[in-house]
Amino acid sequence: MSTLQVSIYRYNPETDDAPYMQEFQVDTQGRDLMVLNVIQMIKEQDSTLAYRRSCREGVCGSDGVNMNGKNGLTCVTPISEVTKGNKLVLRPLPGLPVVRDLVVDMSMFYKQYERIQPYLQNDASEPAIERLQSPEDRDKLDGLYECILCACCSTSCPSFWWNPDKFVGPAGLLQAYRFLADSRDTATKERLSSLDDPFSVFRCRGIMNCVNVCPKGLNPTRAIGKIREMLLSNAT
Amino acid sequence: MVTNITNLGRSGVSDWLIQRASAVILALYTIFMVAFFLFHPHLDYVAWSSLFDRTWMKIFTLLALLSIAAHAWIGLWIVSTDYIKKSCVRLGVQTAVILALFAFVIWGVQVLWGA
Repeated sequence: MSTLQVSIYRYNPETDDAPYMQEFQVDTQGRDLMVLNVIQMIKEQDSTLAYRRSCREGVCGSDGVNMNGKNGLTCVTPISEVTKGNKLVLRPLPGLPVVRDLVVDMSMFYKQYERIQPYLQNDASEPAIERLQSPEDRDKLDGLYECILCACCSTSCPSFWWNPDKFVGPAGLLQAYRFLADSRDTATKERLSSLDDPFSVFRCRGIMNCVNVCPKGLNPTRAIGKIREMLLSNAT
Repeated sequence: MVTNITNLGRSGVSDWLIQRASAVILALYTIFMVAFFLFHPHLDYVAWSSLFDRTWMKIFTLLALLSIAAHAWIGLWIVSTDYIKKSCVRLGVQTAVILALFAFVIWGVQVLWGA
């Protein structure tokens, strides 16, 4: 069986009253293609299909899509990993407004990222050379800095679906901890005081959907636990 | 910073801590009650009322009752902010929950210390 049945979410707000699923048949010639290759072959059949992609090697994070119910990057996901019985269902990332077909409006996601001030803050006078860090302190940033902001985690999180305006979401919180854990950052207290309300961090219920989908194998739940520990020791 | 005025602890950290502490108290109370029932297979009025005549049992029970109130306030507040998007309905539900919990606590005090 080399013909793959693909069902794709279609919605063009200029012409469609409501979204619908469109069926396509793709001849894979028996190869275990990446899902992005399949989408490109469909684009050849129907050039009106809209989707995002750029680097096609899991670095840019622009092709996050829901594949057979699980979020992931289409460019690094082989069809054998997600298909059940030769059937592939592609939908846009859940929880965000759809711009068109598989393209979602990421404004809310970026707004939460912006809120955690994702840049180094240090009030000491600038040294002549770089701000140095011990190898041990540098190790604390492993598993945090690698995030590519593809939004697969935040859009698989029910807490983010229900409160995207108040809950920072796993991606934003992983980055919040990346700067809380950085020995060169001196704004720790200010950062913590902007996170201690019942929504920003504490709306996380630890269901670990974020860990389950992260294409880079990162663990936002662990970072959120560390932020909670810091908040607790700061407040008691 | 997200503002909020109807949650119990006024802050996420205190809500989180209260919810965990009250859960531990409720777990201990549950284990105690289950053990009591297991050791008294033919429970009668005398054994039951002599248990609740003791001051430490009254304190333990009141503590469990207050823990239920705090735990339910925080938990149902979270559920209401997740699922009820219309703010007037949400405020109504939160008020009803808080009033019901208040009534249960007063009722419990009356049962424990009443005749």
